[in-house]
Amino acid sequence: MTAFAQRVRYRPRRLPAIVPIGIVVVAGAVLAGHGFASPRNIGNLGLQASVLLMLSMPMTLIIMSEGLDLSAGAVLSLCSVAMGLSLAAGHGIGVALAVSLAAGLAFGVTNGALVSLFGLPPFVVTLGTLGIAEGCALVLTDGNAVSGLGAGISTLYASHYAGVPFPVAVALATWLVTHVLLYHTRFGNYVFAIGGNRDALVLAGVPAWAWHIAIYAYGGLVSGVAALLLTGRMNAAHPTVAIGMEFDAIAAVVLGGTSFERGDGRLAGSVLGVATITVLRNALDLLGVESSLQVVAIGVLIMAVIVIDSAHSTWRAGPA
Amino acid sequence: MTPSPVAAGARAARAGWRHRLGADNATLALRVALILAMAIGLALSTDVFLTTTNVLNVLRQASLLLLLAAGLTLVILCGGFDLSVASNLTLSACLAAGVIKSGASPWLGVATALACGTCAGALNGLAITLLRLPAFLATYAMLWILQGLAFHYMGGQEIYGFPAAFRALGTGRFLGVPVPVYLMGAVVAAGTLFLRNTNFGQEIYAIGANPEAARLSGIPVRRRQMLVYALSGLMSGLAAVVYLARVNAADSGMGEPLLLPAIAAVLIGGTSLFGGAGSLAGTALGSIILAMVINGMNLLDIKAQWQPLVVGAVLLAAVLVDLIGRGRRERIG
Repeated sequence: MTAFAQRVRYRPRRLPAIVPIGIVVVAGAVLAGHGFASPRNIGNLGLQASVLLMLSMPMTLIIMSEGLDLSAGAVLSLCSVAMGLSLAAGHGIGVALAVSLAAGLAFGVTNGALVSLFGLPPFVVTLGTLGIAEGCALVLTDGNAVSGLGAGISTLYASHYAGVPFPVAVALATWLVTHVLLYHTRFGNYVFAIGGNRDALVLAGVPAWAWHIAIYAYGGLVSGVAALLLTGRMNAAHPTVAIGMEFDAIAAVVLGGTSFERGDGRLAGSVLGVATITVLRNALDLLGVESSLQVVAIGVLIMAVIVIDSAHSTWRAGPA
Repeated sequence: MTPSPVAAGARAARAGWRHRLGADNATLALRVALILAMAIGLALSTDVFLTTTNVLNVLRQASLLLLLAAGLTLVILCGGFDLSVASNLTLSACLAAGVIKSGASPWLGVATALACGTCAGALNGLAITLLRLPAFLATYAMLWILQGLAFHYMGGQEIYGFPAAFRALGTGRFLGVPVPVYLMGAVVAAGTLFLRNTNFGQEIYAIGANPEAARLSGIPVRRRQMLVYALSGLMSGLAAVVYLARVNAADSGMGEPLLLPAIAAVLIGGTSLFGGAGSLAGTALGSIILAMVINGMNLLDIKAQWQPLVVGAVLLAAVLVDLIGRGRRERIG
């Protein structure tokens, strides 16, 4: 197993471009002032980053397997609605979490099955399930926010564990779990292998289709947990609240140097990507730049990182 | 025009018996049958469906979808994808609205929309051919960039009320038929001639079917792809003009609900997601089917909230049908 693992696992030696770019963004944010470095704002950063970090962890695995999940934001919204409706119906947080996990898992397995069993392009499959998830959330709520969830979930959101706020603790736990899954289990080896050369994996007698579905299913489950943070933060569930969040998650993963084509990448890169995007958005907020232009800034940042990375690899490979 | 050997070969192959009797026409006939079946169902279950007003309404809705989906069809035939068509429509329409509202000639507004659409499409093409980004990634980033710019430009406001001469492009009628329907006919006719009878058109099929073989046969693949993305942008700009003229108002959320229906229209029309097979006539029929679905939901009093769910499910169904059809074609071939 270890020899196999070493063969299928591709670790780039060079630092990805996100490291210098992340440092520039953070330095810029600190120097621009407007209270970026205040303790209160740093605390805010942690809260803002937590949901994005949770979406980015499974997204990294999905992109490593040459996939994409455009439905992540819509599924997260639907999970939040499912959670909100069961809380509003008087169930406990345990039941609400189970309902949310079930909704996430159902969409994850559907995405995975359509991609893995039928070989359909992931971006079209997840665009279709995006519509379905959005529609479900709208139909369930009639387009309105669900409120009256009781105090339980907001108390949970505001709680601390060993001084760490609950959302940050959950997000860090997701990172830890994903790290262990990716680097220390058979599942992780297969993630690299599916992205690198799925045919080879099939020829080796591994039921690659099942592991491929599992990658998307994991994404659905994490969305189910992340709904806890999203719902707790607002103490309400809105059917379209998280739509678009998948853009930030995909951007964080791409910024972190994960490739769509070769089954390579690293989890830590995605974490840096999340940090960079959160700092960038927060600093632009403080400078009074509206959210619509922040999206443009993130788009430009992605282009910059891709140009630097590809220029670097062309230079390393020598003239073609 | 001297035909390139590849294009001539492809044309000869397509002119064969299977083309005349087989796959292409059977695909289209199947779509027409589906439309008739849906029409019969809707006519039986509602009183309003078969009125002239409603039928023209459906056609007008379909023509709008087609304008957006026509460019996307070319891109998909060529083996690419364009997720930015709808947000390109939004930005083009918002900029055109701004220009017209500032008192300039409506034709300057039309030019603005077409130019904005083409530029955004060309940028997609550059990112894909020069930076070698995967098409879905480049156009996904472009989707958000254009949407962001539109939000910024509009600042949450709406621009409405345009001169009657401009509005005629969307609401006018000629011999009782809405102007956009003529536009749909013109785009399908011109596009089909272009795809079947020009080298460029045949090269699009060749690139979509096998880019490596196309490159080795001397087709300038990257230049062709670049042009196809620019063309898709131009069509978004044209759709923006017609849409703006019809609804008589621009806001930064106007294009977003059109993305899924436009993609679904292309795929339902029988254009393969894997490139190299499909037609604009198919996309026109796909647009009519989608417009009928949406119109039928309205007539049957199904709430608008169901729309994304239904369109998403239709999209997935279309992809699966394409997959099954592709398997059959490959067995035959």
